[in-house]
Amino acid sequence: MSRAVDFVTRRRGASGSGGKGWHWTDVFTWVWLIGGLFVMFAPAAWLALSSFKTPAALSEFPPSLLPYVTETVKIAGNDKPSPLYDVTMPDGKTARLVELRRVGIVAQMVDPASPETVIKVNIKDRKPVQKLHFETSNYTEPFVHFDFLRYLWNSVFVTVTATLITLVVNSMAAFALSKYQFRGQNAVLIVIVATLMVPLAVIMVPLYSVVSSLGLLDSLWGVILPTVATPTGVFLLRQYMLTIPDELIDAARMDKASEWQIYWRIVLPLSAPALAVLAIFSVVWRWNDFLWPLIVLSRSSLYTLQVGLNVYSGQLNVQWHFILAMTVVTMIPVVLVFVFLQRFIARGIATSGLK
Amino acid sequence: MKANGLLSASQSVLMAVVSRVMGIVDVPLRYLQRKAGQNGMAAFFLAPNMAIFAVFVLVPFVINFVYSLTGGSAIFLSERSFVGAEQYREIFACGNYLDPNTCKQDVFWIAAGNTAAFVVLQVSLMIVAALITALILNREIIGRGFWRAVFFFPVLLSPVVTGLIWRWIFQRQGVLNAVMQGLGLEPHDWLTERNSAFFASIGVSIWAHVGFYTLILLAGLQAIPKDLYEAAQMDGTSRSRVFWRITLPLLMPNLIVVLVLALIRAVQIFDEAFVLTHGGPGTSTMYLVQYIYETGFASELRNPGLAAAASILMGAVLVVLTLVQMAASRRSEKKGAR
Repeated sequence: MSRAVDFVTRRRGASGSGGKGWHWTDVFTWVWLIGGLFVMFAPAAWLALSSFKTPAALSEFPPSLLPYVTETVKIAGNDKPSPLYDVTMPDGKTARLVELRRVGIVAQMVDPASPETVIKVNIKDRKPVQKLHFETSNYTEPFVHFDFLRYLWNSVFVTVTATLITLVVNSMAAFALSKYQFRGQNAVLIVIVATLMVPLAVIMVPLYSVVSSLGLLDSLWGVILPTVATPTGVFLLRQYMLTIPDELIDAARMDKASEWQIYWRIVLPLSAPALAVLAIFSVVWRWNDFLWPLIVLSRSSLYTLQVGLNVYSGQLNVQWHFILAMTVVTMIPVVLVFVFLQRFIARGIATSGLK
Repeated sequence: MKANGLLSASQSVLMAVVSRVMGIVDVPLRYLQRKAGQNGMAAFFLAPNMAIFAVFVLVPFVINFVYSLTGGSAIFLSERSFVGAEQYREIFACGNYLDPNTCKQDVFWIAAGNTAAFVVLQVSLMIVAALITALILNREIIGRGFWRAVFFFPVLLSPVVTGLIWRWIFQRQGVLNAVMQGLGLEPHDWLTERNSAFFASIGVSIWAHVGFYTLILLAGLQAIPKDLYEAAQMDGTSRSRVFWRITLPLLMPNLIVVLVLALIRAVQIFDEAFVLTHGGPGTSTMYLVQYIYETGFASELRNPGLAAAASILMGAVLVVLTLVQMAASRRSEKKGAR
């Protein structure tokens, strides 16, 4: 047994610090990691768990960890199903009774088996009978009765369209900047670098006037177009295309391939890894965009999920059961990207610092 | 198997369509190439990106300056009246430069002060946390990939989702207050009390971004040659000495880049704080971008010229920070080459 513990806890380099035992840094490491696991994951997990609760369960304080509802029974003479309680009777026994009505601190309750005899019970002496219940209507209702299906569609449309356009125009520009020699090449590069310094927040006022003079206000294209010519994308692809040997292109030219054919039959397929990284990033960027859609879209049928969530969560009477469920829906694509493509993204950030 | 066959079949159909379209596109382009020459095609490939770029980045950037010199509430530049430096004078009209409440645009200065305090606290705390996490992830621990993913997870979440997750936790009837009550402490109105709302916005933003900077620092740590550590171990150098004499100096270039990057991002804080508190209570979590947004678009008395002037002032700060970053990363590249 002790050898097993030894095996699990043994670390390289431990012998270097003077024999066995845990250095304080080892203890700290695990405290930090376990604490990090809790702090990083628990908030999102709590949101997801809460999203399955009924409005009644959501307003409970202190909240229960899992989504519970009070069990109910249909009683003749009552239209609505009545809640079940475990009641401690005066003789010390517990009985399972149904509440008919409540007056102050006294509840009138009956045994479901013999609904004729009404028993008066102090509400201190009873506990609701609860069962695990996942309220899926939190997810379906916003799609049916509110515009969330529209918002979802708008978000998908913006994300997919913007990513496709980004891939096409950025790769064309990167091709020109990596495989041709022409006058003003450096000037173009410098202009692109310079715009890395111009974030949306700095130009949003005049950008709004440009977009509105193009008639793109209150249109999804007004959200899509200003975002597609990303300087980071051009750079990422250009750096990658520089590694494609020029001999390939020269050989293709000998065979009378047109420049366009060289671009899409040779350079584009060979750039697939870099295109994949840019596609992943672009999807996450566009899905998560908030400030610009918030400015451009004022008609509610055009809201993206992010804007819709913000509007609904900003109302005076926040319907948390819907908001929580829709937040989970908004989270899903990003969580999928995270689970399956996390390694690509990690490499992208580590090598180029893009985000 | 079957599904696979179906997938590859639909894939090949898609490829056939794409290749057909590309072939059709090729016909006029061959003609264009005959006219423009081989090298002239570079302009064609650049055109779409640069056109979009010019319309949606360069033009707004240039007219932003003109915009900040005009007044009124009209959107189109042609309908706006020229007022000279009036907007800047408006911003800088203060009775006492040490007290934002004496300024004509007091909200601007409150937002600027909030942003400055936010930047200092958020960046310093976050860099320390990212450094500690990176050092830990760089150790020989079981399941390193998993732990890296744990800290990286919130980076991908949208700011709106982040803001809502934490609003749900911080609210009056939220789980945080339940835990406080369980521990016998007084529940607290986290988001409706000035100081705690401000610190909540800092904490949430650290939570959302620390994984990003951890990854960059981790890459820097892994680039430090292992033989340095082996040599130090042979000499019996203590762990703290190894950290101060080897790890920290060799990580310094990355650390500076990360620091400036974090500064640039922190100045632009908006989304998650806006969803979390909407700038409140009062103006205690109102940051510069929210001020620009509300002055330019949202408020009743909107004043796009004033918003443009404010955005140029913020842009100036960002340009300075970016120049520092470029100098720093050039220095770190040189160091890397050596």
